[in-house]
Amino acid sequence: MSALLAIENLTVEFTTTRGTVRAVEGLSFRLERGETLAIVGESGSGKSTAALAILRLIAAGSGRIAGGRILFEGSDLLTLADDRLRAVRGARIGMIFQDPMMALNPVYTVGDQIAETLIAHQGMSRRAARQRGVELLRRVRVPAPERRIAEYPHNLSGGMRQRVMIAMALACRPSLLIADEPTTALDVTVQAQVLSLIDELKAEFGMAVLLITHDLGVVWEMAQRVVVMYAGRKVEEGPSGRLFTRPAHPYTRGLLRAAKWEEGEGRRLSEIPGTVPSPSDMPAGCAFAPRCDAAVSRCRGERPALGRVGAQREAACFVAESEPA
Amino acid sequence: MSSSLVDFWRKFRRNRAAVAALFVLALIVLAAAFGPLLYTADPFDMLGRPTQPPSQRFPLGTDVSGRDILAGLIHGARVSLLIGIVASLAATLFGVLVGAAAGYYGGALDNLLMRGTDFFLTIPSFVLAVVLVAIFSPSIVSVTAAIAIVSWPSVARLARAEFIAQRDRDYVQACRALGMSNLDIILRQIMPNALPPVIVVASLMVATAILTESGLSFLGLSDPNVISWGYMIGVGRTVLRVAWWMSAIPGVTILVTVLCINLVGEGLSDALNPRLQQR
Repeated sequence: MSALLAIENLTVEFTTTRGTVRAVEGLSFRLERGETLAIVGESGSGKSTAALAILRLIAAGSGRIAGGRILFEGSDLLTLADDRLRAVRGARIGMIFQDPMMALNPVYTVGDQIAETLIAHQGMSRRAARQRGVELLRRVRVPAPERRIAEYPHNLSGGMRQRVMIAMALACRPSLLIADEPTTALDVTVQAQVLSLIDELKAEFGMAVLLITHDLGVVWEMAQRVVVMYAGRKVEEGPSGRLFTRPAHPYTRGLLRAAKWEEGEGRRLSEIPGTVPSPSDMPAGCAFAPRCDAAVSRCRGERPALGRVGAQREAACFVAESEPA
Repeated sequence: MSSSLVDFWRKFRRNRAAVAALFVLALIVLAAAFGPLLYTADPFDMLGRPTQPPSQRFPLGTDVSGRDILAGLIHGARVSLLIGIVASLAATLFGVLVGAAAGYYGGALDNLLMRGTDFFLTIPSFVLAVVLVAIFSPSIVSVTAAIAIVSWPSVARLARAEFIAQRDRDYVQACRALGMSNLDIILRQIMPNALPPVIVVASLMVATAILTESGLSFLGLSDPNVISWGYMIGVGRTVLRVAWWMSAIPGVTILVTVLCINLVGEGLSDALNPRLQQR
C-alpha cells in the first residue's frame, strides 16, 4: 500500500553569511491516509522547516531544498510544475500556522479570505463561496457565523482566528492537513478546544494530519505515531504509546522528563542541559552527544545511523534501549 | 467597505488643518473645473491696456500684454492641476509596479530594478526634467511625462521597502500555502497592505509636480498653447519692480495650492498610519 505522503531523504539548506547550513538533513518518514503523525523537537530542530518544505514554501532567497523526494498522492511535489503545485496547495494539502493573527490578511474580511480559496480552487461563484464560508465557520464552531463572516481578523479572538484558519485550510477538503504549532499562540483553555476540533474534523473529512509541535501533551492526545527531530535529523520514530512509555533515544527521554512526564512529588523541573547546536557549528559525532547523559566516547567521533529498536520503531543512537521482542 | 471609509474620515477629521486645506483645495478644483464657464474672458486675448493694477473690469489687473490675469489664473489652474495629478498618478503607478516586483521577488531582479532607480536618483530631478522637456519640445504631454519620469523613483523605493516588510509575513506564506499565484499575492494580498504610505507620498507628489511644472513654465518650457501659473510668473518677472502683483498673484496661488496639498497629505498620513490607528 502506498502511503499518502512519503518523504525520502529530504535535505534543506540555508545560505547564511557564515556559509551554507543544513536545517534539515536526510529526513525520511511516511504518513498513511487518515493518520496523525507528530513531529516533535525543540526550537531549531528543523521541524517547521520540514513542514514548509513539503509545500515548497522555503523562502527562495535564502533557503533551498537540496535533495530528496516528497511523494504525495503518487507525485513528487519537488519536481511538480508551478501551476500543478498550486493546485495541490490549499486544495489537496491544507496548512495552518502558529500565529493565526499574522496568518490572516488584515485588510480583508474573514469571509473574503475563505471565499478566495473556494473561488480559486473550485471555481465557485462569489455567492456560493460565501454561503459555503458560513457553513465552514459553523462547522469549526464559530458562533454566529453569518455575522462573523463580515468581520475583520482584528475583531476576532485568537481562538476564533485559528478556527477561521482551519476553515480556510479545510475549505477544499484536503487529504492532508499540516498543522505547524497550531496551538502555541493560544490560551491553554482554547488550545484543547482547537485540538479536539482538529481531531474531530480529521475523522469527518478522512484526512491525515501532520502535526508539528514541541508540546508532548498535544502529541500524546493527538498522534498515532511520532517522529522526534534533533538538529535537523530524525533521531527517533515510533508509535506514540510505546515511544512515550519506553523512549529509546536519550534525547526523547530528556524531552519526556522535561515535560514532567514522570510525575514526582516536589521534584525540581527537569531540563536538558545546554541548547541545540547551531547548524553552522555541528559537533563531529552525534549532534546530541554534548548534552547527552548517556554519551560514550564513540558518540563524539561517529554519527549513529538510524536502526531498528522494536516493531515499527527506529532510533539513531549507539546506546538506544531496544524493546524486548 | 463603507464602514472603513467612515472610519477613515473620522480619523482624517481630527486634523483640523487638513480639513481646512481640503476645503480650500476643493474651491481651487471647482474654480479650475467650472471657472472658465463662468468667467469667459480668454486668457490669451489682449483685452485692455497692459500692466493695469486690479480694477473693477480686471479684478486682478492685466499683464504686460494686456491680458486678464484672473482669466489666466483660472485657466492656469486647469493646466497646473491636470499636469500635477496626471504626472503623479503615472509616477505612482509605475513606481509601485517597479517597487513591488523588486521587493517581492528580491535577488537579481531587485538589483537590476533598484540600480536603474538609483540612476534616476543621482540626477537632480529638476535638471533632468528641463533636459527631457527641451529634447521633446514643450507640450502638455511632454511636460507631464518629464515630471512623471523624474518622480517615480522615490515611489519605487518606498513601495519596495513596504513589499520587503510584507513579503515574509505569515499571511503571505498562508496565501502561498493556499495555492495563490505570485501575481495574485502581489496585487490582491500585499498591495492593500503596502498602499497607505504610498498614497501619502503620492498626494505630496502632486504638490511637487505642480512646483516643477511652474518652474519649467517660468523658464519658458511650457506648452505655448496653454497658460499656466509658472508662465504667468515668468511674464511678470520683467516688470517686477513696477507691477509686483503680476508675479505675486500666481505665485501666491501656487503657494496656497501646494501648501493645501501638503496639509491634506499630512492628514492622510495621520489617518492611514497604522501606528496612530489605535482607537
